[in-house]
Amino acid sequence: MKQPQPINRHTIAVLVDNEPGILARVVGLFSGRGYNIESLTVAEVEQAEQLSRITVVTSGTEQVIEQIKAHLGRLVPVHKVHDLTAEGPHVERELALVKVAGTGDRRVESLRIADIFRARAIDSTTESFVFEITGSQEKVNAFVALMIPLGLVEVSRTGIVAISRGASGF
Amino acid sequence: MSDTREMLTGAEIVLRALKDQGVEVIFGYPGGAVLPIYDALFQQNAIRHILVRHEQAAVHAAEGYARSTGKVGCVLVTSGPGATNAVTGLTDALMDSIPLVCLTGQVPTHLIGNDAFQECDTTGITRPCTKHNYLVKDVNNLARTVHEAFYVARTGRPGPVVIDLPKDVQFATGPYIPPATVAHKTYRPRTDADMSVIDRAIDMLLTAERPVIYGGGGIINSGDEASVLLTEFARLTNIPVTLTLMGLGAYPASDRQFLGMLGMHGTYEANLVMHGCDVMFNIGARFDDRVTGRLSAFSPTSKKIHLDIDPSSINKTVMVDLPVIGDVKTVLKALIGRWKERGAQLKAEPLKAWWGQIEEWRKRDSLRYGSNGLIIKPQHAVRRLWELSQGRETFITTEVGQHQMWAAQYFGFEKPRRWMTSGGLGTMGYGLPSAMGVQIAHPDALVVDISGEASVMMNIQEMSTLVQYRLPVKVFILNNQYMGMVRQWQELLHGGRYSESYSESLPDFVKLAEAFGARGFRALDMNDLDDVIRATLDHPGPVIADICVDQKENCFPMIPSGAAHNEMLLGPEDKADPVSTEEGMVLV
Ligand SMILES: Cc1ncc(C[n+]2csc(CCOP(=O)(O)OP(=O)(O)O)c2C)c(N)n1
Ligand SMILES: [Mg+2]
Repeated sequence: MKQPQPINRHTIAVLVDNEPGILARVVGLFSGRGYNIESLTVAEVEQAEQLSRITVVTSGTEQVIEQIKAHLGRLVPVHKVHDLTAEGPHVERELALVKVAGTGDRRVESLRIADIFRARAIDSTTESFVFEITGSQEKVNAFVALMIPLGLVEVSRTGIVAISRGASGF
Repeated sequence: MSDTREMLTGAEIVLRALKDQGVEVIFGYPGGAVLPIYDALFQQNAIRHILVRHEQAAVHAAEGYARSTGKVGCVLVTSGPGATNAVTGLTDALMDSIPLVCLTGQVPTHLIGNDAFQECDTTGITRPCTKHNYLVKDVNNLARTVHEAFYVARTGRPGPVVIDLPKDVQFATGPYIPPATVAHKTYRPRTDADMSVIDRAIDMLLTAERPVIYGGGGIINSGDEASVLLTEFARLTNIPVTLTLMGLGAYPASDRQFLGMLGMHGTYEANLVMHGCDVMFNIGARFDDRVTGRLSAFSPTSKKIHLDIDPSSINKTVMVDLPVIGDVKTVLKALIGRWKERGAQLKAEPLKAWWGQIEEWRKRDSLRYGSNGLIIKPQHAVRRLWELSQGRETFITTEVGQHQMWAAQYFGFEKPRRWMTSGGLGTMGYGLPSAMGVQIAHPDALVVDISGEASVMMNIQEMSTLVQYRLPVKVFILNNQYMGMVRQWQELLHGGRYSESYSESLPDFVKLAEAFGARGFRALDMNDLDDVIRATLDHPGPVIADICVDQKENCFPMIPSGAAHNEMLLGPEDKADPVSTEEGMVLV
C-alpha cells in the first residue's frame, strides 16, 4: 500500500476577466470536482482591462493542488494562476468587522484588547462597538476568541487576500 | 469618426459569422426564441439547415459531423426546452472532446430572470457541460463572440461552446466584424513541447526493454497527419501499439504491430502488454477508468510518458514520470526528427524477446467466439458486416452497450475519423443521429449505425430526418431483446437477477422502418445473415436491419470493474474473483 499523502493548505491567486459568471465557473469547478474552498475573495483590480483577482485558500494533497491549478488554468477567462504558497514568500491578510456589546468592565476590557491588537473602533454606541481588525488569519482568530466572553455579537470577515513579497509582480 | 462597418441585424450577424467561419451545415430545431434567426436562414443559401426531430439528436448529429470531418459542428436550438434537450449532447461532446458551437435562443434581455415563458438559465445549466459559454446581451459584441466561440471550440483540447442569444439581440442592429480581426485575449493553448522534454522522452524510451504505445482520441483530434506520424514512429521503433475506444483508427487495425483495443473489453495481449511493460508512452489518452482497471494494480512496473494538450489530464488519476504538454502531431513530428537526428535505436535483443512474449499472448486468440448452430452470434454479424463492406468508404457509429464493444472489437478501422462512438459519457441514443451527421458530411459514403434494440429507441424519431433528407444511413441492430450490457453485469455481479433489463414489447423494426418511409430487413438466423447484410448495403436509401442475435451472449474479454489487467475474464468459463467483485460492485 502507498503512504497516505499529506494534506497541505495553499493560497492561490487567479487573475481573471471580470465577466458575468466567472465566479460561478470557479466555484463550480471546486464543487463539481469535490475540492475544498476554505476562503475565497474576489474584486476587480484593473478597471481599464476589467480584470479581477480571486484569492482562494484551499487544501489537498500535492496531486490535488496541481489538479486544481491545471483546471483553473484551463478556464477560458483565466489569465494567470499563481500558487503563492508554492512560489515563495508572500504575505496574507484578512480584514474583519467584529461587533461587541456590553457595558461596564467588559466594555472597557474590549477596548483595551482592541488597542493591543491595533483594532479600531469604527462604530460605537453606549453599549456596543464595531471593531475593524486587519492581520493574519491567526491574529483575527485570536482577537475574535478574546471577544467572546466580552459580549461578541457577530463577525464579518473578508477571507484572505495575499500577494508575493519583493519587487516582482504577476 | 464615422463607422464604416457593415450594419446588420443580430440574426444576420450570426449567419454571416457562421459563414465566415466555414459553416456549411447547421443542425437545429425552431422555436419562438430563435425565429429571427430562422427568418434570416430562410433568406440565404450559404448555410444548409437540417431539421432534426429532437434537440439531443441535433447535437449528436453535429458531433458525428465534427468527428468525421475535423470541422466544428454547429447547432441551433430554441430557449427553455430546446436548450435543456441539448444538454445530454453537450455533455457527451465535452467528455469526448468534440468541437461544437451551439446557439441557443433566449427570452429578451429585459425578461431574463422573470421566469418568462420558455426561459431557463441556459448559461447556468450548461456551464459545467461546456468548454465555455456566453450570454450575448449587446448586439455590438455579437460578431466577436461568435468568432471567439469557434476559436475556443477548436483550439487546445476541443469541446462544445454555447452562445445564448436573447431574442431582442437577434432583432437589434449592430456592426459586423470579420473573423480575422478577432483574437482571444488570453486563451492560447500550448501546442509544441521544449526540445529538452522531447530529449528526455527519447532517453526514457531508449531504456525500454518492454515498451508500449498507448494511444487515444487525442491523436484523432490532432488531425489525420497525427495518425500518419504515429504510424511512422511505431514502424521506426517497432514498439507495439494499443488504442483506446476513442482512438480506434489512429493506427491501422490490420498492422502487425497493433495489439487491438485495450481496457475493460480489450484484447488479452493489449492488456497484458500494458500490465507488463517497462516504458509506457501515452499519446493523447487520459487513463480513463475503463482503461486502467484497478488503479493500484495498473501497469505497476512501468515508467510513464504522457503526451496531452490538456495540462489537467496530467497526473489526474495515474502519476506519470514525464508529462509532455502539446499537440500530438506537433510533438510527434519533433520527436521523430530528433529520434533520427540522434540515431536512436531501441535495444534489439530485449525488444525481440518482448515481441516473442506478445506473440505467445496473441495465441490465446482472445476475440475468438463460438458458434451456435443457426443462431447468429453478434460478433459474427459484425465480422460479416465488416467483410461485406470491404472496398467501400465506410463510417461506423454506435449506440452504447455490448454491440458497441463488439463493433470496436470486430470491425477493423484502418484510418482515423471512420469511427464515431460515445466513449466518455456512454450515451445510448448517440449512434443514429451521429450517423445522420456523418452522412451529411460524406453523402456518398456507407454510414452504418451498429446498434442495440434498446439504445436505438432513444432517438428512433430521427428515422424521419433520414427519410426527409434522403440520407442512406444503415441502422444495423444487434437485437438480443436485452439491454445486453446491463444483463451481462447482472449475470456476473448480481447473481443473475435480471432486473428490468429485458426489452419488453419491442416494435417490429421492419414495419417501423416502413412506417417512416424507409426499408426494413430482418435476419432471423444464419441462413439470412449475408443476404440481409448485402441487401442493406445495396439499398440506396435508409435501412433498418433487424439482426436477431444470440440473446445470452456476453462480451469478452472483460476486466470486471475493480480488477486489474491481469485478472481478465476470457470467456464464460472464467469466474470473477470474489474479492475484486465485491469492491467492483460499487464501481460502475
Ligand atoms: C441514456 C443511457 N441510459 C442508460 C444507460 C445504461 N446502459 C448502458 S448499456 C445499456 C443497455 C443497452 O442495450 P442495447 O442498446 O440493447 O445494447 P446491448 O447491450 O444489448 O447490445 C444501458 C441501459 C446508458 N448508457 N445510457
Ligand atoms: Mg440489446
